[in-house]
Amino acid sequence: MIEAVRLRKHYGRTKAVDDLSFIVKPGRVTGFLGPNGAGKSTTMRMILGLDTPTSGDVTIDGKHYTELKQPLRKVGALLDAKWVHPNRSARSHLKWMAVSNKIPVSRVDEVLEIVGLTEVANKKAGGFSLGMSQRLGIAGALLGDPEVLLFDEPVNGLDPEGILWIRQFMHRLADEGRTVFVSSHLLSEMAQTAQDLIVIGKGQLIAQTTTEQFISDATQDHVRVRSPHAVKLREILVADATVTEDAVDGALVVHGLPAARIGEIAADNQIVLHELSPQRGSLEDAFMQLTKESVEYHAH
Amino acid sequence: MTLLAVERIKLFSTRSPYWCTALALVLGVGLTAIIAGTTENGQMSVGLTQFGSSQLALAVVLVMSALAVTTEYRFNTIRATFLAVPSRTSALVAKTAVVAFIAAVLGEIIAFGSWGLAKVMSPASDLAINTGAEWRHIAGVGLLYGIGAVLAIAVGILVRQTAGAVAILLVWNMLLEGLIGIIPKVGVKIQAWLPFQNANNFLALGGGNPAEQPGAGIDFKLSQWGSLAYFAGIAIALLVVALVVAKRRDA
Repeated sequence: MIEAVRLRKHYGRTKAVDDLSFIVKPGRVTGFLGPNGAGKSTTMRMILGLDTPTSGDVTIDGKHYTELKQPLRKVGALLDAKWVHPNRSARSHLKWMAVSNKIPVSRVDEVLEIVGLTEVANKKAGGFSLGMSQRLGIAGALLGDPEVLLFDEPVNGLDPEGILWIRQFMHRLADEGRTVFVSSHLLSEMAQTAQDLIVIGKGQLIAQTTTEQFISDATQDHVRVRSPHAVKLREILVADATVTEDAVDGALVVHGLPAARIGEIAADNQIVLHELSPQRGSLEDAFMQLTKESVEYHAH
Repeated sequence: MTLLAVERIKLFSTRSPYWCTALALVLGVGLTAIIAGTTENGQMSVGLTQFGSSQLALAVVLVMSALAVTTEYRFNTIRATFLAVPSRTSALVAKTAVVAFIAAVLGEIIAFGSWGLAKVMSPASDLAINTGAEWRHIAGVGLLYGIGAVLAIAVGILVRQTAGAVAILLVWNMLLEGLIGIIPKVGVKIQAWLPFQNANNFLALGGGNPAEQPGAGIDFKLSQWGSLAYFAGIAIALLVVALVVAKRRDA
């Protein structure tokens, strides 16, 4: 279990992570979702003791990462697949890691086998493709057979086959009872990988919920209604539904009533309608909607 | 012991230490070969055999030692290291110990290699190692390399990039300390307290032709072993500062 309590990381005036609290449970894949620059990597570095929080606390089963005696046996992490010396072979890279945590060196060949790098084990890591580097990074994370696994954007730059492989792999790890925490900026990816979601934007928590709940909330059906008598219509509809106003064109956005029923109500009250359109939000739309306020850089 | 094994694996699984070792050997022993080859037979002295080792090859060893840590920052393997060994001080001290030990062994090889080669090339010269000063002059090179390695690693940890660390070390060792002597009156007094000048003082043979010896003309306040202790003290102080900084800053 990973627990963050009021975690903050400020760089001067920039608040990379701001008052973030969450819990990552074992036996499930938990997605860490947010747009680029939302503070996902910074949070992961703080979990792993690489960066010191400005304030707040983050622990793994109640302990700080830096307090772990042989951390690789407890926590496996892939933060960046390129954290390998380009002139060092895959096997040597894993070997020094194994020795440092008193993991039997025979385990190196095991994890190379698991990720399918046995044939290139003695090749220099600098010559690896991104996909191979990711696999080497995962091999490193698995080395100590850890209970807790962290992956930062593991599918970035992978081909569809590689993405599928990682996805199934993470499910297997969670099914074995491990805590799997994986970050991404793509909701569509997380929808297929994660069972729980922690959504952040601009360093702040937006939602912590199950993926199912998040998606059903985010993609709720609604109906757009435009009418010259919008004020009157709204007064009638609020009795049975939630009505908001579209900020752009002033149309009414009605949640909780089907389009047909709204049309009947309008007819009963002799209200003219200019538009009556059922809407279904896409996953990405919903995510954009949620994180719109918190995206670091906008395209105009 | 575990951490020493880790650093040994890391060091010898990349190429740069091999290249630097070879380069230090070629430059150190090579310079002696040139000196021995151009000096009239019978005129070689113990002092002349160690110019290559104590000056030229030392610079290469400083670079090698700094590289051992700056490449870790360059390729972010320092983060992988701190993930595997969260006690940053232990990890970096282990690295320092391994590199300093290798540097010291290399120093002995280059020093005695240079001496041996001079003996072969100039058989009529008196190159017997008779006095304590002569022993210190040759065998002391290894100590110098070991301490130099500690100092270079400290600079590497502080600067974190190869170009910066190498520039600082080379300018400091090869230029700055020598140039300070040009300052009228006070220059020589300052030099008496500069680390690499004290390193030279430690090796100094004394007597004979002073112009043959680096560091000649400086009025050192310390004994020769005192100079070595001073050099080591500065290297360790710098390392302590580097370790504190590394512990405090984000990796």
